[in-house]
Amino acid sequence: MTSPALPRKTVRNRVLRSRSDYLLEGFSTLVVTLLAIFCLFPFVYVFFVSFMSYEEYIANPLRIIPAQFTLTAYAKVWDYALIRSAYSVSIRVTVLGTLLSVFLLIISAYPLSRKQLGGRKVIMGMILFTMYFNGGMIPNYIIIRAIGLHDTLGVMFIPWAIGAFNLILMKNFIQQTVSESLEEAAKVDGANDIYILFRVVVPLIKPAIATMIVFCAVTFWNNYYLAMMYVSSRKLWPLTLVLRELVVESTSDISTVSQMLTAENRAHPFTLRMAAIVITIAPILVIYPFMQRYFIKGLSLGSVKE
Amino acid sequence: MTVNVPSPARRRKRIWANRYLYMLLVPCVVYFMVFSYAPMFGLVTAFQEFKYSKGIWGSPWVGFDQFRYLFGLKDFYRVLGNSITLSVLRLLLCFPVPIILSLMLNEIPFPRYKRVTQTFIYLPYFISWVIIGGIMVNLLSPTWGIINMVIKSLGGEAVFFLGKDRYFRGIAIISHIWKQAGWDTIIYLAAITAINPDLYEAATIDGASRLKRVWHVTLPGIRSTIVILLLLSVGGLMSNGFEQMRILQNGSNLQVSDVFETYTYRIGLVNGRLSFASAVGFFNSVVGFVLLTCANFIAKLCGEEGLF
Repeated sequence: MTSPALPRKTVRNRVLRSRSDYLLEGFSTLVVTLLAIFCLFPFVYVFFVSFMSYEEYIANPLRIIPAQFTLTAYAKVWDYALIRSAYSVSIRVTVLGTLLSVFLLIISAYPLSRKQLGGRKVIMGMILFTMYFNGGMIPNYIIIRAIGLHDTLGVMFIPWAIGAFNLILMKNFIQQTVSESLEEAAKVDGANDIYILFRVVVPLIKPAIATMIVFCAVTFWNNYYLAMMYVSSRKLWPLTLVLRELVVESTSDISTVSQMLTAENRAHPFTLRMAAIVITIAPILVIYPFMQRYFIKGLSLGSVKE
Repeated sequence: MTVNVPSPARRRKRIWANRYLYMLLVPCVVYFMVFSYAPMFGLVTAFQEFKYSKGIWGSPWVGFDQFRYLFGLKDFYRVLGNSITLSVLRLLLCFPVPIILSLMLNEIPFPRYKRVTQTFIYLPYFISWVIIGGIMVNLLSPTWGIINMVIKSLGGEAVFFLGKDRYFRGIAIISHIWKQAGWDTIIYLAAITAINPDLYEAATIDGASRLKRVWHVTLPGIRSTIVILLLLSVGGLMSNGFEQMRILQNGSNLQVSDVFETYTYRIGLVNGRLSFASAVGFFNSVVGFVLLTCANFIAKLCGEEGLF
């Protein structure tokens, strides 16, 4: 039995896979697996602790999977009026921001992708320059105040309405998918550019639009910077700001261990913080499996250098 | 380049023919003027003693006074040192991770398993720094954190990790890898897919082992991608990411965690010294841009494509 099989096996081993190849595969799989666990474990831990009763957590803080799943922490978090208003602010910012962003990306990327447009290169150059040089925090702040945008809902998405990088991805995608001849054909039929954009181009670039919706929605949902810089009234706070107060601030601005046990800290038990984290990332976790195929395609689709 | 100057009449006709396209571009141009170029112009406040009541046009000019004051300040050198130390650490420790990781992902022989692990390692990228930092802060907390619980159950003393200077940089690096490394593999994986499969076949026929193929085919194949991302990292040496630093920062680690972004924020918006903070930002932007330009120039000298 073994003798006829032997030569074939050696040939296969020499040409396709040697022992070192198996070693490489095994080692790679192991390292990637460990990293995946490292990435995922903190979330899993937070998730389980959020369903633990505070008494159970205190009794055995090393326990990871709760003996009994309870929603007490969630009920308490939801009682916090600021969390409810912040949830609604975050949803509004995400929806409005995504709509505005994607609309602006579509109408701006299309003209920039047309080779016959005079001045196109100059405008592209000016947009690219903003990726490498910017005025910085203080001048931005002065401008936002000067135009009266601070402390409004709009300040949390309007200043980031067009991402230069997204615009370039979109422009490259249109250049690759929409041929000039197609456009010419529509023009012969008497259509103007705006009609062509919405009736001919938009249906062709649906995958790119889906990618942009994902990118923008995630950006606005997670945004912390704009809110922190320009929003002062608490009724306009998005989730990220509330979370910072609830989850980070109450533990971090304290210099000694003994001070950790202040009344303020007891008021925000650990399980409650974990529940607040879970309700903030829940919307992302829910849509994550659906969006995965878009963002991977999205990054590769437009990344052809001009 | 061919010099092709159309007559004014023909030019006007061409602009008229594209009038709808120009109309579509108006919001985009206005946006970049207001939110990118106006702030760039606003950098002149670094040469003023800016007051809201007087505005940019009415505030008195002070020349380089803000900069002279800045360069004489001990705090400035601490912030500069912190910013560069963290960036260099990130360049040394975080930059290679996605490269190695994408090479390894590429060697995993089970496609479905590979896809599942990718799902997990991309996930933190989609979570806000507030959450990533918040989880770090809580897991490392001396009273609640599981890490200290483990230390205590082993008979050790609880450590306030984020309150100690010597742990801060490590925490910043680890949380950055956690959030970013997986996502950054996407761009390298795309570059690996673009490598001509004939090259692998030829290498196999020549008797190259898998490891040799990685070294002699895959790595050279993604070299230009590595160079581009390296350029961007060098250009970003002066910036550390406001959100991450702000979340991990606290009163007791300020000595090592204070970087340009947080310093500008504190000086300008908390203490209200706008012009001075603007000068800090100006210095930061200009040095960053010069670094990027130099790195780009060197890359081009070495025969790489470069950014611009």
